[in-house]
Amino acid sequence: MTQDKTMTADDVVGRLRSGMTIGIGGWGSRRKPMALVRALLRSDVTDLTVVSYGGPDVGLLAAAGRIRKLVAAFGTLDSIPLEPHFTAARQSGAFEMVELDEAMLMWGLTAGAQRLPFIPVRAGLGSDVMKVNPALRTVRSPYDDGEELVAAPALRLDAALVHLNRADAQGNGQYLGPDPYFDDLFCQAADHAYVSCERIVDTADLLKEHGPQTLLVKRLFVDGVVETPNGAHFTSCVPDHDRDEDFQRAYVRAARDPEAWQAFEARFLCGDEAAYQAAVAAFHQNRQDHQDQQEEA
Amino acid sequence: MSVTETGLPAATRAEYCVVACAEAWRGDGEVLASPMGTVPAIGARLAKLTFSPDLLLTDGEALLMADVPAIGQRPGAVEGWLPFRQHLALTATGRRHVMMGASQLDRHGNQNISCIGDWGRPTRQLLGVRGAPVNTLNNPTSYWVPKHSARVFVERVDMVSGVGYDRAAAAGPAATRYHRVPEVVTNLGVFDFETPDRTMRLRSLHPGVTVEQVTGATGFALTVPDEVPFTREPTEAELRLIREVVDPKGLREREVPA
Repeated sequence: MTQDKTMTADDVVGRLRSGMTIGIGGWGSRRKPMALVRALLRSDVTDLTVVSYGGPDVGLLAAAGRIRKLVAAFGTLDSIPLEPHFTAARQSGAFEMVELDEAMLMWGLTAGAQRLPFIPVRAGLGSDVMKVNPALRTVRSPYDDGEELVAAPALRLDAALVHLNRADAQGNGQYLGPDPYFDDLFCQAADHAYVSCERIVDTADLLKEHGPQTLLVKRLFVDGVVETPNGAHFTSCVPDHDRDEDFQRAYVRAARDPEAWQAFEARFLCGDEAAYQAAVAAFHQNRQDHQDQQEEA
Repeated sequence: MSVTETGLPAATRAEYCVVACAEAWRGDGEVLASPMGTVPAIGARLAKLTFSPDLLLTDGEALLMADVPAIGQRPGAVEGWLPFRQHLALTATGRRHVMMGASQLDRHGNQNISCIGDWGRPTRQLLGVRGAPVNTLNNPTSYWVPKHSARVFVERVDMVSGVGYDRAAAAGPAATRYHRVPEVVTNLGVFDFETPDRTMRLRSLHPGVTVEQVTGATGFALTVPDEVPFTREPTEAELRLIREVVDPKGLREREVPA
């Protein structure tokens, strides 16, 4: 019997240390390992370098002051273009930023996974990405073309956090939505990877209803598996659930005002994951009650 | 209200913009059209339904649509799969023409969507550079600006995200090899870089707009030819497609109010 890697979100965070480089899967406000991020917020782990196609994962960590350095091409909530905590943190100079192009980030992770120092890319030439990252170097092709390209540096991670639809206890992760994002790449580029999922299933059941290409993350790259239903909330995790747009709007409204944000934190982020999910259910119940009252009135 | 010969309400400014955006993809053949923004998305669909039938379009997520549904509707059939990783890799194949937005754009076609002010501590953080560097170095990149103003069209952009002609030339042959900024469409007109020094030129005015309006809303000296044509009229068939098929809810009028 292969190793059972199931653990809790707090177990995962127990393996993280301040000062680490952490890669976070998903994209924008899509399939983010939010339950793991929330567990991180409950810990005292800080001073992190975060590598992410940034969404509210970056926002929450930035708001809590846990990011020392951010490696990203954007911070967005998709249906709401600007991530409010990301923009606020940048405007207050709260962390150091390594701003890369989306493709440079992908090739940097690929280089990290492939144990290469860099991958040559055209992206970045002529842009201010070269100026704001003075450590970036170009490399000349040794072949007849002699082209001078950007050497997109390897992005190596101490740990990767990703959220998938299903996984087995051994760490085989399955995505059921239309886009794998870069979750397998994050895991491969990391010394340790942790997969949270909507549901842990028996290995034999993984392919009962789905093709083998849905098996995105292989167990040999995975150290821990966490079952966290609705663990991507409020980001999307299709087909299990869509983005919670009502809640995302409430998050953005709260983020714009320090007092409102304090209240949001007290209401949603001061307890454990069960308390969070209960508070989210209550949020929707309140909205529903309010709507019913309005209809009656 | 003015009407066309057969009694259709005459084209609105938003509809001239849709047609001008569609024209960006004319003659592109079998490439991925990546429109960002509502009017470009309507334009790309119009182009595919009319003069550029071979274009590929995504549903805004990971699927390539086999048909042309109305904006906001799901496709009836899917012809391919294009998750983000493949989309980013496709960019470098060159088989794509993207129309991006721009928070700032200079006379050389340098675009900024990253931040306003000093990058080290911006006065206003925007999206970040996103895919603008990879787009501009690898496939044709046009721009759409729904509100033409001197705040957008500036002498110098704060953070070069999308690369313009001067910066590409300075970066050398690897940068210019596949670099092209075919056009810029705004609510006032259409612009290109068909000048000897590759700086921005007014190519056409949308009907109802004057040269003075454009130069007054542009923060740098624009090349203005002696004769500036008007942006072409939408055909009646195009107007019907825009109004009845692609954008029946009139989202275009919200992006470009009359």
